Amino acid sequence: ERGHGPYQPHEPGYGLDQPGYSPYEDEIPDPQTRMLAIKNAKAYLLKTSTKSGLNLYDHFANILTKILDEQPTNTVDIIENISKDVKWAQFRKKMDTLRDEHLILPTFEAAEKYKALFIKEDGEEEHEELEEEMGQPSLPNVMETAFYFEQAGIGLNKDESYYIFLALKNLINVQPIQTCRFWGKILGLEMNYIIAEVQLQEGEEEEEIGEEGEETVDEGQKEVGEVEEENEQKAKEAEQPKSTYKPPPEIPKEANGTGTNKYVYFVCNEPGTPWVKLPPVTPAQIVCARKIKKFFTGRLDAPVVSFPPFPGNEANYLRAQIARISAGTHVSPTGFYQFANEDEEEDEGADTYEENPEFEPPPVAEMVESLATWAHHVKGILNQGRCVWINPSQKSEENEEEDEEEEEEEGDEQQEERGPPLLTLISEDEGMKDIPAWTAQASTDLIPQYSVAILQSNRWPGAYAFASGRKFENIYFGWGHKYSPESLTPALPPPAQAEFPSGPGITETVDPTVEEEMAFKAAQEEALAEAEEGEDEEGEDD
Amino acid sequence: SLNCLDWSLLTPATKEMLALAEQVKGRFQGDPSFEYSLSEINAEAAARLVESGKEPVMKEEARLIATVEQIDREVGIVPRGAFVKTPLGSVHENRHFEGLSLVEAKKLSSYFHFTETVSLKNKTLMEKADLDPSTDFLDSLEHDIPRGSWSIQLEKGGTVVVLRSLLWLGLTFYHVPMTKQFGYVYFGTGEKNLDLPFML
Repeated sequence: ERGHGPYQPHEPGYGLDQPGYSPYEDEIPDPQTRMLAIKNAKAYLLKTSTKSGLNLYDHFANILTKILDEQPTNTVDIIENISKDVKWAQFRKKMDTLRDEHLILPTFEAAEKYKALFIKEDGEEEHEELEEEMGQPSLPNVMETAFYFEQAGIGLNKDESYYIFLALKNLINVQPIQTCRFWGKILGLEMNYIIAEVQLQEGEEEEEIGEEGEETVDEGQKEVGEVEEENEQKAKEAEQPKSTYKPPPEIPKEANGTGTNKYVYFVCNEPGTPWVKLPPVTPAQIVCARKIKKFFTGRLDAPVVSFPPFPGNEANYLRAQIARISAGTHVSPTGFYQFANEDEEEDEGADTYEENPEFEPPPVAEMVESLATWAHHVKGILNQGRCVWINPSQKSEENEEEDEEEEEEEGDEQQEERGPPLLTLISEDEGMKDIPAWTAQASTDLIPQYSVAILQSNRWPGAYAFASGRKFENIYFGWGHKYSPESLTPALPPPAQAEFPSGPGITETVDPTVEEEMAFKAAQEEALAEAEEGEDEEGEDD
Repeated sequence: SLNCLDWSLLTPATKEMLALAEQVKGRFQGDPSFEYSLSEINAEAAARLVESGKEPVMKEEARLIATVEQIDREVGIVPRGAFVKTPLGSVHENRHFEGLSLVEAKKLSSYFHFTETVSLKNKTLMEKADLDPSTDFLDSLEHDIPRGSWSIQLEKGGTVVVLRSLLWLGLTFYHVPMTKQFGYVYFGTGEKNLDLPFML
């Protein structure tokens, strides 16, 4: 009769079965009428709701079934939520004749992308032949590097490292690359950047320069044509005063393969998305990047809105920051690299270095204790924005011969800048206030024979380097900004240029009106007449 | 703790500590007993302290306490629905929280600051009518000043949503949609990013 299970205290009908506890005890002592009362109560429970088609009896049955099945803790506290859930589960979708579109989960899409990384390319035989001829391009062992950095607590999770590894392999297959290295990851607002540092093979670079040269020649021709037209027009019109302002000569960027443009960088947002090559960096961009501090959004074509205005979009800003970080934080154990020629003068700039075959790695404890065991192997960037200083007035002399319109220059002689020579020890890096430029640690104190020396940069938070025996590597994970103990003080806009000083000579005055002029004329005539009368009178007196 | 083995309890922060900690700039040294000399930083505060009979220094331990408190207060976030408020006023964990859906997880408005509300009362009456007082009793992230001081990203093909704070660089909040997992951690230098308005 009652297949309901034990009643809970808050349910109506509780206690009705206990003798002496029914609410109607005094009213209906007779057992038969009590049974009738019970039936009435049950009928009430079975009454269907007009709104939702459910009835209380079934609902309670479902709730209790669910509770007894799942047996959550502290049921009485969450009973309302359980009730809501049961009601929610009752809801059945209307059976449409149209079938829902097969929803593609974003997880699935991402998995598809990563799957593409795992597929081996066809035509492997051709690739193998090429490799034998050109010499094998070195694929960096990202997993090994990741293992060492993990000892220090830095790095990405294993999945991502492996995806990056595969993506780098794809990059090498697509582009003619000599050496390749995983540079690091820069975080952005909407998306992040994964960056690979690459040295292209020599033939490829020359082609690019050729293309650029052709483009500039075309532009030059166009400019010549336009200038001729302008000259004709000007001859007809009155010549407007030409401004004597000549913008400071543009400092040329360094050639590909030297200085700041020594390496070419490829970026992608996620492993699996195609690699994009970053354009070479110009000194103007570096100089400007030093003055501004902006977050990266993750889109390479985003404009960089700042003051002083940055010449370029986010791709250029990213490249400039990469150049600064590389110049500031790429280090290696001292002695690993040595100069090719020891007699080279500083002026020429020792750009080339090679591995020292006689290098003996100092023990890890020594690497940690003194910073003199580490040296920069990337040239520092001068204030000018290049690694090798160039005198801008010299360069513009060459341009004079090409340009038609000559204007005399009054370029100031800029002082020659000298930067720290290549392979300086990092113990000579200046700190900021009391903070040393680098912090060195051993990865573990407990197992000294397998510990790794870790170096953290304080000037560029996020730059790390590790060394263990002959192996060493640099990496960057971070937002891409330099650390400064003081807040950023952006450059103020230049003061508004003063107007030409106003004096009586050029001050505008109101032109006298006709009446005033007449009155003035009349007054003058009167004065004249009086003077004449005066003279006449004098004449008469005589 | 300095080595993850020996842990020491930090006392709760006092208002003085918070005020002084904002004056001290620069990196932490790593030594809890290091003392910052306040006379260099802020002569007034130092003078006040001297008058009250204490030394014009601030211990790094106090600065650490104040920094942790500040971070928690300013950028400690939880997803909507994870905590409920009973009619009696006490707040506790919602054991029935099933996680945000993918659509909700991408919106900034589904995350709340886990501190006393600042701007909740200033909402218009229309907005208040939509709120559910048991779950919407905290400040949402949408109205954080400056706008855009949170970076929200989906990782691992949309299985994990990661929010990073740009005000405290290094604060990362994660949540796996449709599950109960969420949390936030801070790895960083312990300095507020005051240049944020210039950087956006």
